[in-house]
Amino acid sequence: MRRYSAWAVAREATRYHEGWERAWRAPEPKKRYDVVIVGAGGHGLATAYYLGKNHGITNVAVIEKGWLGGGNTGRNTTIIRSNYLQDSSAAIYEKARSLYETMSQDLNYNVMFSPRGVIMLAQTEHEVRGYQRTAHANALQGVSTEFISPQRVKELVPIIDISGPRYPVLGGLWQARGGTARHDAVAWGYARACSDMGMDIIQKCEVTGIRQEGGRVTGVGTTKGAIDCGKLGIVVAGHSGHLAEMAGFRLPLESVALQALVSEPIKPCMDVVVMANTVHGYMSQSDKGEMVIGGGTDAFNNYTQRGSFHHIEETVRALIETFPMISRLKMLRQWGGIVDVTGDRSPILSKTPVEGVFINSGWGTGGFKAIPGSGFGFAELMAKGYSPLTAEFGLNRFAEGRFVDESVAAGVAH
Amino acid sequence: MLILECPYCGVKAEETEFHAGGEAHIKRFGPGSSDADFEGYLFNRENPKGVHFERWRHANGCGKWFHVVRCTMTLEVFGSYSAQVSEPPQEIRDAITAKRPGWCWRDFA
Repeated sequence: MRRYSAWAVAREATRYHEGWERAWRAPEPKKRYDVVIVGAGGHGLATAYYLGKNHGITNVAVIEKGWLGGGNTGRNTTIIRSNYLQDSSAAIYEKARSLYETMSQDLNYNVMFSPRGVIMLAQTEHEVRGYQRTAHANALQGVSTEFISPQRVKELVPIIDISGPRYPVLGGLWQARGGTARHDAVAWGYARACSDMGMDIIQKCEVTGIRQEGGRVTGVGTTKGAIDCGKLGIVVAGHSGHLAEMAGFRLPLESVALQALVSEPIKPCMDVVVMANTVHGYMSQSDKGEMVIGGGTDAFNNYTQRGSFHHIEETVRALIETFPMISRLKMLRQWGGIVDVTGDRSPILSKTPVEGVFINSGWGTGGFKAIPGSGFGFAELMAKGYSPLTAEFGLNRFAEGRFVDESVAAGVAH
Repeated sequence: MLILECPYCGVKAEETEFHAGGEAHIKRFGPGSSDADFEGYLFNRENPKGVHFERWRHANGCGKWFHVVRCTMTLEVFGSYSAQVSEPPQEIRDAITAKRPGWCWRDFA
């Protein structure tokens, strides 16, 4: 792999930029791999990367039905934070956030991580108490957050209306080291690093079946032929249930559409991320100047990657109340992604009833921020059979009633 | 946006008039059942790509619960029927078969 640097740009400038090589190879699948990962999104590629980097397993294929990073990795609102209430959630999200800090250097790929700060607004007395509790929990977990006053919110976000008609701002949970990153670059950076370690990233290759012998996985059938594997990692977000059905087990998941939208670009007006969970909307400004807005999920199962319009209306209505100056902004694009939601709103990183098959799913509406931590923990789980980061997120927690209940702790925007 | 018909009052309306209630025809396992059955009843879902049986409530209308069959790949609605049954009636099954030959859902087909 030829490294990217200022020197490389200068060198290429002298020869018409003809010396750049492809960021990753496009190989045909081999007959057998030690590990096959299904799904070349952020989580799948991060898993492959840490299998190679931390555990020396490089005979790995990442197979992808569509194109790399074309699912939820390219459809989220790029928010990164780790201000969770439960210890096990805070541990994995904080691991992820800390890995984001050095990701550009580690991957030699600029992921544009911008630790600009994230505020979660408290707009009811319940939320004030809830976020104060979270701030105390975070202090014990070593996650740096603080509960701030409405005046401090106004200082950080001058365009906000804290007197609000329905829900005045009563305070906020502030994580100064949260922020955003360029979502596509995260997938591309991992893909380039994986390819450099000799891993095969095979796009436009759909899994059609999972082969087993005596309760143990032996390989997968794909549209590019059969591939044998020692271990199989299923990292396919909304389509987890479909893959689990191929492997012969059911999951405590339902797939629903989550929507987001961006406005026309405007001059810089807000340099932090603001989340308003009571009225339900969240917004940040991209480096191009677009306001990036996240909406809510539909209540019904859906695989169409488009959602219901009334959710967009509700989100925009809520944000106009909070930020009156955006009322005349035109919206440029709107899109949906299919997210897999568990009962306790926490992910599943687990062994499965089929030996050698591991699943990483259930990230619901909050997967992007967790990508490096998820890959770090899931790779350890696949390589060693145990990871302290993923221990609480096993499938068995449902049978045992041992939930990681962030649906109460984190509110709807998760 | 979905257009659903309430089988009780016959009103055809878009989805904001209704409240989605999740997967339908789930068999209840209570006290005395095995752990696996109880877990399956509480948490595990079919979550299919394709024909999906589900419950809806006519929240901003007559207030009654009813069943809907819908395709999760296309959002096409095959029909709605009473909540007072534990299996879909034959005419609903026929309506699905006309559009999706070879469909299946647990023990129904």
